[in-house]
Amino acid sequence: MKKILFIEDESVLQKALGDILKQKGYEMISALNGEIGFNLAKAEKPDLILLDLVLPKMHGFEVLKKLKEESETKEIPVIVLTNLERMEDVGQAVKLGAAAYLVKAQYTIEEVMEKIKKAIGE
Amino acid sequence: MLKRIFTQLNISAQCRRYGFSLWRCPQFLFLVMGGVIALTSIVSYLIGTRYITDPKMVSLIILVINTILFIIAFVMTQSFERLAEVSRMKSEFINIISHQLRSPLTNIKWTFELLTSKEIEMPSGKVEEYLNNVKENIARMVELIDNLLIISKIEQGTFPVLKKETSLENLIKKQVSRYKVFAEASHIELNFYPQKNLPEVFTDPSLLKLVVENLIDNAIRYTKGGGKVKIDLERREKDLFFKIKDSGVGIPKKEQGYIFQKFFRAENILKERTKGSGLGLYVCKSIIEKLGGKIWFESKEGKGTIFYFTLPIK
Repeated sequence: MKKILFIEDESVLQKALGDILKQKGYEMISALNGEIGFNLAKAEKPDLILLDLVLPKMHGFEVLKKLKEESETKEIPVIVLTNLERMEDVGQAVKLGAAAYLVKAQYTIEEVMEKIKKAIGE
Repeated sequence: MLKRIFTQLNISAQCRRYGFSLWRCPQFLFLVMGGVIALTSIVSYLIGTRYITDPKMVSLIILVINTILFIIAFVMTQSFERLAEVSRMKSEFINIISHQLRSPLTNIKWTFELLTSKEIEMPSGKVEEYLNNVKENIARMVELIDNLLIISKIEQGTFPVLKKETSLENLIKKQVSRYKVFAEASHIELNFYPQKNLPEVFTDPSLLKLVVENLIDNAIRYTKGGGKVKIDLERREKDLFFKIKDSGVGIPKKEQGYIFQKFFRAENILKERTKGSGLGLYVCKSIIEKLGGKIWFESKEGKGTIFYFTLPIK
């Protein structure tokens, strides 16, 4: 079973996406802030990380930077899933090695699922 | 005469729109500079033809005129810089606002998709939870938009104030009983102690309600893991004096100067919660000042915060 880590402080989104992922046969682990998210990524080595940017404790970009610095986590694909849309943010995410940058409000869960499948290679 | 030219050129209105006083506004300064140049040309011609025997005097006058022009040009450059800053702040404002609006909107969108999807089976017990999520996030959006509209009205100066005889005591009582459930859920004791025989105040109750709501909401929200929130209301000479004391996280000393600024959120709060809009206290201050009162606070990080406001009785 593929394991997906969702780092997101909105618990409503955690639940919504978590319910779907479970039904589609994935295992989802959730983190409500950046610090827990980074530690979980190291401990659990998920197949994919969904990362919000505006997060308590540690900003999403810092999480992404640290993930890409650590040898155990740098190969894990990271999809940035945020509601920020400035070009600087998109550029920064790509520079730091994000596999994709999705603006949450513009995507349905269905479409997010498509991106997840693609990133995991299914 | 000068005033009529200004109104015709509509300069003061333009300057107001930028939020500049006349003496810091580029359009006005250009006009002044033009005036000074025209005037000095005439004057220096007159002086030049009259005092031609004293070239020292002429060069001194030219020096003074140049200095004046230099100062005006300098102030003008500065005002352009401020104009650029205003425009930068505006785009930053739109960036923050769109993010803040999108967060509850995404919650609603995704939850709704789950509720209506034919593909996904919804366990029956979960439907209610999901509907509650939708309801909460709609309320979050409404609150944010209300705050934004108030702010926009405050900044445009088209802020309607409808004053009438109001019992601040009853207004607070109503809010306290409304917040009681929320407080109890967070293990917080919420109490209100009004002085006896308080007079009514001539003020705008719907605006005041927003202030009281914001202050109670903050006090409860930022008192983590149980504690006390105590509200006092008393008469102090010609004012009513409101005090709300919490035993919450407090505001770090170095950030206390920014607390009433638009979108400002203290660092210790930001580490725990990213959901607030940073608009509440800005709205409170704008309203209280508009109603002729004062608002301030005392706070110690880790100990708690006390917010005060006064309102003139008449």
